[in-house]
Amino acid sequence: MTAAIDVNAVPAPPVAARKPALLSVNNIEVVYNDVILVLRGLSLQVPEGEIVALLGANGAGKSTTLKAISGLLKTEDGAVTRGDISFAGEKINGIDPDKIVRRGIFQVMEGRRIISDMTCLENLRLGAFTRRDNNVRQDIEMVYDYFPRLKERTGLAGYLSGGEQQMLAIGRALMARPKLILMDEPSMGLSPLLVKEVFAIIRQINRDLGVTILLVEQNARMALQAASYGYIMESGKVVLDGTAEELANNEDVKEFYLGGGGEERRSFKNLKSYKRRKRWL
Amino acid sequence: MVFASIRSSVRRSGQFPAGDPDHTPYDRILRTTARGDSVATAGIRIQKQSQEQERGLGGNLAMNWNLLFQLVVNGIIVGALYGVVAMSFVLIYKASQVVNFAQGEFLLIGAWACWWLLTTYQIPFVWGFLITLAFMMTFGVILQIVVLRPMIGEPIISVIMVTIGLSIFFQALMKWMFGVFAKPFPPIFETQSVSVFGLQVQSVYLMSLGISLFIMAGFGWFFKYSKMGLAMRATAFDQQVAQSLGISVRTVFALSWAISAMVSSVAGVVVGTVNGVSSALSFFGIKVFPAVILGGLDSILGAVIGGLIVGLLENVAHFFDSQFLNWGNMYEIAPFYVLIVILMIKPYGLFGTKTIERV
Ligand SMILES: Nc1ncnc2c1ncn2[C@@H]1O[C@H](COP(=O)(O)OP(=O)(O)OP(=O)(O)O)[C@@H](O)[C@H]1O
Ligand SMILES: [Mg+2]
Repeated sequence: MTAAIDVNAVPAPPVAARKPALLSVNNIEVVYNDVILVLRGLSLQVPEGEIVALLGANGAGKSTTLKAISGLLKTEDGAVTRGDISFAGEKINGIDPDKIVRRGIFQVMEGRRIISDMTCLENLRLGAFTRRDNNVRQDIEMVYDYFPRLKERTGLAGYLSGGEQQMLAIGRALMARPKLILMDEPSMGLSPLLVKEVFAIIRQINRDLGVTILLVEQNARMALQAASYGYIMESGKVVLDGTAEELANNEDVKEFYLGGGGEERRSFKNLKSYKRRKRWL
Repeated sequence: MVFASIRSSVRRSGQFPAGDPDHTPYDRILRTTARGDSVATAGIRIQKQSQEQERGLGGNLAMNWNLLFQLVVNGIIVGALYGVVAMSFVLIYKASQVVNFAQGEFLLIGAWACWWLLTTYQIPFVWGFLITLAFMMTFGVILQIVVLRPMIGEPIISVIMVTIGLSIFFQALMKWMFGVFAKPFPPIFETQSVSVFGLQVQSVYLMSLGISLFIMAGFGWFFKYSKMGLAMRATAFDQQVAQSLGISVRTVFALSWAISAMVSSVAGVVVGTVNGVSSALSFFGIKVFPAVILGGLDSILGAVIGGLIVGLLENVAHFFDSQFLNWGNMYEIAPFYVLIVILMIKPYGLFGTKTIERV
C-alpha cells in the first residue's frame, strides 16, 4: 500500500498512516456504572515507536480512554460497550488489567500513584512483577541512570518530592519493559523546570528504548513538542487530529490550548461547533 | 454479636472437659498416650504445676517471684502463638479487607486433620504435619474461591456474617466428625521436658516458641523480599495500583487465605500437641481480637506485639489475681479490659496506619 504512494507528488500522509499502528482504538463507547456515557465513538491510532499526544479540556475523557486501553476501567465499574481496541494485531478489550500488562501495555496513572509506604527500590521491583527473566537488577540500574536522584532516596517513597515521585512512577513503568506506555498527565503539579526535565526524559526513553508512548497532557505546548502526532478530544470524541506541527500551528489549538492566539477571543461555544463541522461534515 | 460470641466461647472453653481421656467414649485414641491434666490453653498447665510447688514450699515471697517468672515465660510462649494467629488474621484483613471470624476454626481444622493423619495412618509426625500444611493451603484457596470471591463488592457486614457463619459451620462439622471430647496427640518428643536457665520447660513448649519465631521471621522475609509478598503489600495499599502493575488481585486474595489457613493450622497443631485437640482450640480465634486491635488491624508487626502483650497480660493478670485480688477468671478477661482502655486512648490501636499524605 505504501509503495503505491508517490511521496514527491502528494504531501506526506500523517505519521499515523505511514506506519502500522501498534495500538488502534476503533470507535469505542465507554459507559461507567451502566449509565454514564463518557466516550462516544472515539478512535485513535498509535504507531510503533512514536510518541502520540492526546489533549483535551478537563473531563473530556482522556483518562477514561487510557483506562479503557489498559483495562483498568473494570476497576471503576466502567466498560467498553461498543467498538474495539487492538494491540499488536490482537483485540484486547475486555481483558483483565493484569493480563494486559503482560501483553506489554503499562499505564502510568494520573497522580503518579506510587506506593507511598514502600521504598523506591520496592516500588521499582514491583514494576517488574510480571517479568520472568533475570535482568531485573540491570534494569534497576538503568532506571537509576535515568533518574540518579532516586538512587539516593532510601526512605519511604511517600516522602519523595512531587517530581521525584513522577520519576519513580516512570521508572516503575520502565521496569515492566513495556511496548507501550500510557502516560497520564506526567507534568501535573510540577514546576516548569521539572516539567522540562520530565519531558526530556520521556523523549529520551522513547528514543533509547524504542518504547511507544501515548501521552495525555494538559500542557499542550510541551506535549506537542515531544509528540509526533496529536489528537484533541472534547466530550468523549476526537475533534481534531494531525501531526504535532500542524496542531501547534492551528489557530484554535493556539487559542485554547497553547494560550494567546487571535486578537479577539471567540466564544468557546462557537469554536466547538466550528470544530465539529470541520471534522464531521 | 461479637461480644456474645466472645462470651459464649469463654463459657465453652471454661466448661470443657479438656483433655481428659477418661471422658473419651471412643477407643480411637487408645494407643495414644494419655497425659494427665492438660487444659484448654497452654498457660494453665504451668500454672497448676507452679501452684502445686507453691503450696509445697509454703508460698513465701521468693516463691512468688518464681511463679511470676514462670508465668511470664508462659505468657511469652502463648503470646507468640497468639501473635502467629493474629498475623494470619491481619494478613487476610490487609489483603482483602475481610474480618475473618473463622480464624480460630483454622486452628481447629488443622489440628484435627493432623491428629487424624497421625492416629489413623500412624505416619511420622513430620509427614503428618507437612500433609496438614498442604491440605490447609488447598482448603484456604478453595474457601476463598467458593465462598468469599462471590462476596467481593458486597457490604462489609454481609462478609462478616459469612465468616461468622463459616465459624459456626466448621465448629459444628468438627464436632460431628471427631466428637466433642478432647483427644491427645501421640507424643512427639522422647524427652518430655528440658531445663532452660534452671527452669523445667516442656519440649513441646520450646518447639512452640521455636515454630512461632520461625513463622514470624518467615513472614518478615516474605513481605520484604519475595515478589509475591511485595505484590500482597501493594494490593493492601491500593488494589487499582496493584492491578496497573500487573498483579492479579484474585490470586493475591486466594494466596492470603491459603497462607493464613496454613499458618493458623501450625498454631493449631502446636497447641493440640500440648493440650490435646478439642473445640477449645478455636478459642484462639477470639483471643486474636484483642491482640489484633491492640496492634492495629492492619499492622503485621503490631499483630505480633499485640499477641505477646495479650499472652503476657493474661498471665500477669492471673498472677495478681491469684496472689492478691482473688476476683477469679482474670486470665480470660484481663486482655479485654486492657483492650478497652487502650482503644479509648489510641482508637487506631498501638500500630494503626498513619498514611503519608503528600499533595
Ligand atoms: N469512575 C467514574 N465513574 C463515573 N464517572 C466517571 C468516572 N471516572 C470519570 N468519570 C467521568 O467521566 C468524564 C471524563 O473523565 P476523565 O477522568 O476521563 O477526564 P479527563 O479528560 O481525564 O479529565 P482531567 O483532565 O481532569 O483528568 C468526567 O465527566 C468524569 O466525571
Ligand atoms: Mg484525567
